[in-house]
Amino acid sequence: MTASAVEHEKLSVAQAINCALRDAMSEDASVLVLGEDVGPLGGVFRVTDGLTAEFGEDRCFDTPLAESGIAGFAVGLAMNGMRPVIEMQFDAFAYPAFEQVVSHIAKMRNRTRGRVQLPIVIRIPYAGGIGGVEHHCDSSESYYAHTPGLHVLAPSTPSDAYSLLRDAIASPDPVVFLEPKKLYWAKDEVALGRGQEPGIGTAVVRRQGTDATLIAYGPSVPVALEAAEAAARDGRSLQVVDLRSIVPFDDATVCAAVESTGRAVVVAEATGFASVAAEIAARVGERCFHSLHAPVRRVTGFDIPFPPPKLEHFQLPSVDRILDAVDDLQWEDA
Amino acid sequence: MLLDPDGRPTGADPAALPAAEELLTGYAGLVTARRLNEQAYALVRQGRLAVYPSSHGQEACQVAAAQVLAEQDWLFPTYRDTAAIVARGVDPVDVLVLLKGDWHSGYDPYEHRVAPQATPLATQLLHAVGVAHAARHRGEDTVVMAMCGDGATSEGDFHEALNFAAVFGAPVVFFVQNNEYAISVPLARQSVAPSLAHKGVGYGIPGERVDGNDLAALLRVLVDAVARARAGEGPQLVEAHTYRMQAHTNADDATRYREDAEVAAWVAKDPLVRLEAYLRAQGALDDAQVAAFADAAERLAEHTRDGLNRDVVPDPDDLFRHVYSRPTPQLAEQLAIVHDELSREEAQ
Repeated sequence: MTASAVEHEKLSVAQAINCALRDAMSEDASVLVLGEDVGPLGGVFRVTDGLTAEFGEDRCFDTPLAESGIAGFAVGLAMNGMRPVIEMQFDAFAYPAFEQVVSHIAKMRNRTRGRVQLPIVIRIPYAGGIGGVEHHCDSSESYYAHTPGLHVLAPSTPSDAYSLLRDAIASPDPVVFLEPKKLYWAKDEVALGRGQEPGIGTAVVRRQGTDATLIAYGPSVPVALEAAEAAARDGRSLQVVDLRSIVPFDDATVCAAVESTGRAVVVAEATGFASVAAEIAARVGERCFHSLHAPVRRVTGFDIPFPPPKLEHFQLPSVDRILDAVDDLQWEDA
Repeated sequence: MLLDPDGRPTGADPAALPAAEELLTGYAGLVTARRLNEQAYALVRQGRLAVYPSSHGQEACQVAAAQVLAEQDWLFPTYRDTAAIVARGVDPVDVLVLLKGDWHSGYDPYEHRVAPQATPLATQLLHAVGVAHAARHRGEDTVVMAMCGDGATSEGDFHEALNFAAVFGAPVVFFVQNNEYAISVPLARQSVAPSLAHKGVGYGIPGERVDGNDLAALLRVLVDAVARARAGEGPQLVEAHTYRMQAHTNADDATRYREDAEVAAWVAKDPLVRLEAYLRAQGALDDAQVAAFADAAERLAEHTRDGLNRDVVPDPDDLFRHVYSRPTPQLAEQLAIVHDELSREEAQ
């Protein structure tokens, strides 16, 4: 498969990411893919399938099993002209790399006044909804979003997975690329080639609506869309905004959307306390106060460690919880 | 050890003694490094530097680490390796920007191929491995000198770096300055390995222990290690046994955890005295040269003093300018807040 500005294919999210990696590696010899099991196996989710065979062991390779090592090694590769795309095998396995991410990857440009830039992409299969056992289902975006110097992206469609990953690899800044595991197998048409979708820092309105705005990203977008569909059957018109990019945050699109409806519910899988959802609610409250008919509500994971598979449905924002929150938006005052 | 503390050849391996010319270059470096340590310490007392982790007593390690490298090589220093960075050719005024507080790092890492000084322990060793691997990937003839102290060998990243380097055959020389203390904690609380050089065994890396106050021995061991790494023999581990003559920094009180007698014993092993005695005995160094080297070191101290006594007005825009290649809309808003504050201060 080669890059083409007009080519469309029906791909799953996992295939779209694979395609983005292949196209980026074809176009730029400095792009390297490395991590645990990303080589001949093709990754535990087969996201890097075929890359070692096509580009050789110098371009897509397995590393020792050590996440701090992978991240720190990538810093040196990037300092010396490479564009490493590293995979943290699962969200909760990325924590050993945290110091390298926070103290070095995020800060190097600032420390050196722009002299050293680190074009590193940290791919992280993340979040729940696949019945994973413990340490496989964390929504860790707020740790990264709280760290200046990182871009944090969370696609929800195959097209965005492709397009945003191409943008992330091309970016001179480090990017944490959060891949919702439960959407890996979701298929849709993907426009191949760069620039087919809005770039980093841009949110989009996924569904038009006039009564209230649901703000979601990554794995929560399909749930928000489902909730909007259900609400429509009850005669309520819900708008859905897909953030796509957590950092940079698209205040303009989010505020315009909320101001158009006057009501907002933020939907996110991560635990709610001190979360990205909390930040969004605060921003909307500060910036859209005079347009709001009700306080901004949040539908998030509870403030508990991610549950075991048979209980995870309690933790994940559901259509019912979203609709309950929408019901609470002081409609009687309207 | 090639030279004993009095500067006499130990006779261990006479053929291994570096040439007088090499040692004379090293001696000039030692004089400069010692003077720089003293100058930086004085600048702390005068309030020009926030703090200074001195390499006093470890100057032979500092000088040797830089002297054995070629132009295309890289140096990865820690916060205590200011003298090594200066020996590599970086202006001390730019190096000490970090401790003066104008910015986090003051030199261009690409100009002399010196990474920013690492304050977290052992994290930079992995960066060194990455730089070395990228160089080899592109067919470049580059060796990376990765420095750390004895305390850093307890960190996970030390282990991961040695292991990555070994698995990928990266041309890295891991150079551990074992100065016996990690702030207050003695080596015995870091490791019970027979030596830190022994740790190489677990990674399949050759490990060598050397007297860190003997510049002749250091040059020999490090030249050979760099040559092996350059020849494709993979990473090398060198432990230099030395001693931190001063407290961790001026903010530390070493009398709380070690005896004066212990420090005094190391005064007798001073790297500078030892090399000077040897070179004089060889007829390779006379009073005039000693004076000339001291004079050159004094001029660098003066340059350092002048540079650090100059007040730089920090630009608040810099706080936002380099976080990303292009400021996010949020950072642009926050910079406007700072500008607004400044304009109101000026109006008052």
